[in-house]
Amino acid sequence: MRVIRTRAVRCTVLSVLGAALTVVALAAPTAAPIVVSANPYPSTYAPADAAAVLIRNATVLTGTGTRLDATDVLLRGGSIEAIGTGLPAPEGVRIVEAKGRWLTPGLIDVHSHLGVYPSPKVSAHQDGNEATSPVTANVWAEHSVWPEDPGFALALAGGITTLEILPGSANLIGGRSVVLKNVAAVTYQGMKFPDAPQGLKMACGENPKRVYGSRNQAPSTRMGNVAGDRAQWIEAQEYLRDEQDYEAKLRSGGKEAADAKPPKRDLRLDTLAAALKGEIPLQIHCYRADEMAIMLDMSKEFGFRIASFHHATEAYKIANLLAERGVCAAMWADWWGFKMEANDGIEENIAFVDAVPDGCAIVHSDSDEGIQRLNQEAAKAMTRGRLVGIDVKPERAITWLTRNPARALGILDRTGTIEPGKMADVVVWNGNPFSVYALADEVYIDGVVAYDRTQKIVPPRSDFMLGQPAMVGVTP
Amino acid sequence: MNSRMFARVALAAWVAVSGSGVAAAAPLANVLLKNGIIFTQSALSTLDTGDVLITDGKVAAIGRTLDASPGVEVIDLKGRPVTPALFGGLSFLGVQEIEEESATDDTTLKLGQMRPEFEPALAFNPDAVPVAVARAEGIGFSVIVPGAQAGDNGAPGSSIVNGLASVASVDGRSPRAPAALTVTLGEGGAALAGNSRAAAFMLLAQALEEARSPQRLGSLEPGRLLTPAGGRVLASYIGTQKPVIFFADRASDIRAIVDFCERHELRPMIAGGAEAWRVAPLLARARVPVILDPFDSLPESFDSIGTTLENAARLNSAGVTITFSLRSLLPRDVRKLRQGAGNAVAHGLPWKAALAALTNTPARLFGADADFGTIEVGKAANLVVWSGDPLEVTSVAEASWLDGRRQTMRSRQTELRDRYLPKVLSGTAR
Repeated sequence: MRVIRTRAVRCTVLSVLGAALTVVALAAPTAAPIVVSANPYPSTYAPADAAAVLIRNATVLTGTGTRLDATDVLLRGGSIEAIGTGLPAPEGVRIVEAKGRWLTPGLIDVHSHLGVYPSPKVSAHQDGNEATSPVTANVWAEHSVWPEDPGFALALAGGITTLEILPGSANLIGGRSVVLKNVAAVTYQGMKFPDAPQGLKMACGENPKRVYGSRNQAPSTRMGNVAGDRAQWIEAQEYLRDEQDYEAKLRSGGKEAADAKPPKRDLRLDTLAAALKGEIPLQIHCYRADEMAIMLDMSKEFGFRIASFHHATEAYKIANLLAERGVCAAMWADWWGFKMEANDGIEENIAFVDAVPDGCAIVHSDSDEGIQRLNQEAAKAMTRGRLVGIDVKPERAITWLTRNPARALGILDRTGTIEPGKMADVVVWNGNPFSVYALADEVYIDGVVAYDRTQKIVPPRSDFMLGQPAMVGVTP
Repeated sequence: MNSRMFARVALAAWVAVSGSGVAAAAPLANVLLKNGIIFTQSALSTLDTGDVLITDGKVAAIGRTLDASPGVEVIDLKGRPVTPALFGGLSFLGVQEIEEESATDDTTLKLGQMRPEFEPALAFNPDAVPVAVARAEGIGFSVIVPGAQAGDNGAPGSSIVNGLASVASVDGRSPRAPAALTVTLGEGGAALAGNSRAAAFMLLAQALEEARSPQRLGSLEPGRLLTPAGGRVLASYIGTQKPVIFFADRASDIRAIVDFCERHELRPMIAGGAEAWRVAPLLARARVPVILDPFDSLPESFDSIGTTLENAARLNSAGVTITFSLRSLLPRDVRKLRQGAGNAVAHGLPWKAALAALTNTPARLFGADADFGTIEVGKAANLVVWSGDPLEVTSVAEASWLDGRRQTMRSRQTELRDRYLPKVLSGTAR
């Protein structure tokens, strides 16, 4: 949607502004009106037409906490049309017999750097951290995504249908994230999840203070981190106030509207103001419980919304606090100890966060290896929960990989569960997915077969991998 | 008092004093494990229902219906699998506590000198927390390797010859004498050798020539690579059965290593080996084992364009000896190795070959088979009872005996778990 000059406006005020700008344009007939788009890099993804598919007799984990045995799922027109037993087969439908196999929503990884730190790890492609200033709220991760990263195809083989690509954690405020559908495309716009909100990446703790402190620059301490964050939010409040004043003048009409001069646009403050307005949820890299509590207070101080803490190796220590504040924790099953702030990581973290009332546990990867087997990561967490008496069943554990991440990304109304009307993002597994031996047989994205394990010999999806002699067989 | 009770009492007493989960050494075990699936990894193969009798810490008998003499604790395994204590791969276990805290990291020599005599196991700390974590998760031994890093901002870095690798048990004993020498080649080696992988071979050839000329070991002419001690260490790997572990991934580099080792009378192993499957016939013919990372799936560099999750399966079916190690070498990843083995099975490796790659194969390759790798009569008990399939992510290690002594399955992590579980259950975790 193209609208006339203002910053990150909401759709609700567009018509008012459009009318106002007409006046401005008339008053200055020689200059073309300055046009600012609210969505300047729009998604061009449109799913291909897919034949209807009836998947029969599967063990279905719906992602809503329910398990349905010997159940059929009908995918049609890119959506999940029906779920039930003995569903009639519409004419021309392709039938997939899934007896003994399991069906889940497509998996969603809320923390990936595919495309921005692609394989191979060459210096020319280290595009994930704009580590030239501790605050780079102006950058958008999507502008670094290399769609030819071979990692996308391997994540797909692991059942990943949707993923959030984030800037790295070198900076206090790293920039905007983007949500992608895991489809093959030449441009990132061709992968961009239509109308998914962007996120804002922030980082607590060791990384920002190490990166900048080592350059004898702020921040070099944790208190410096927090002061640096707060200074930014104060500026964003002023920016928002100026914007609101300007909009009020436009609304008042008459001479005041004609004379109103828009405040100078600033990409960094655009992002932060959008966060204050609730348009961009925060995704915060934060390991320690005490630092997460500080960020929760900061979100109250300035009025931004934290969707989830990422890594959150100490989330278990404040599981109730997080649940009460409606904040998810995106965690690894067993990463710990690689730095001090990860030293208290335990294998029960996910199960503990999930066990409290309203707990929102997410399994994330932050890894091009982990994203290939989030199901196994969840299986490890399930197992550790059970050992201490927290009975996590498969229908519960799948929510860590589907519903909860969809909620954190603001796309739960469209994907993340097996419910009628939702996008047909579906994985058919060769058995119980919570096993080291589980493999995705078929992955559907918007009803289209994006991956089929039986198609062993296919050209690689990535142009980079195409024609590589090293991919071709054994030499004597 | 049976040994299980003893362990519990001893643990309780120790916890009361220190609040930690580290137990004092248990006595030599006298225990009969009944009705398990016994994966002996020896000539006895697998007993689908079997017993293991441990007397004074040694495996005294393995059979189908063994009887316990009075005073011997009997544990009914109810069909649980028993395996030799697992291999943790090549790692920094015990020589690195926190990766990003350099003061806790003794893995890597950065003098800008070639020092084959560098032996990180001398810094092994059995009290490092990751050692206890590995022990509680069914690991028995790991090969402690030196790291290799280029210097930052003009500071000296490591050498292509990294130093000596040693087998370390996770039960508190000191590491053994070095089992191998390690050398970094390929892309990583080039960065340590004037930015050319060809120069890495050139320098290695020069060092071998110095080592072969003991009469010159005392001299200090310019351009010399080795100290006298380093020369002696390197010489001990020429024309002997002592293995040299070469870190390399690219097929052409692996081919060059095999050729180089034939000319210089070295016995190579390949570590990493992302493209090893492409030269599998050569490796099988030259009897070169591969220590591979079963999670390798992506072309992490231009050295590993041909990476595939089927590397293990393809090498195994070509007759190449394989074992596993995670590429990161991080202590935290040691417990993850069996998951990797399970993934190799999902991608075509026979299950038995995967278990062998975690038990008897590495014990043999690294000269630790008198102790580790099999369950055999006469050997010290180094074995683990699992809740289910040991390669499965839903299984856990339930009990472990190392060097004949029952191990505590606790660590700092289980202490944290038990401190916070009541808060989670009572709604006070805030």
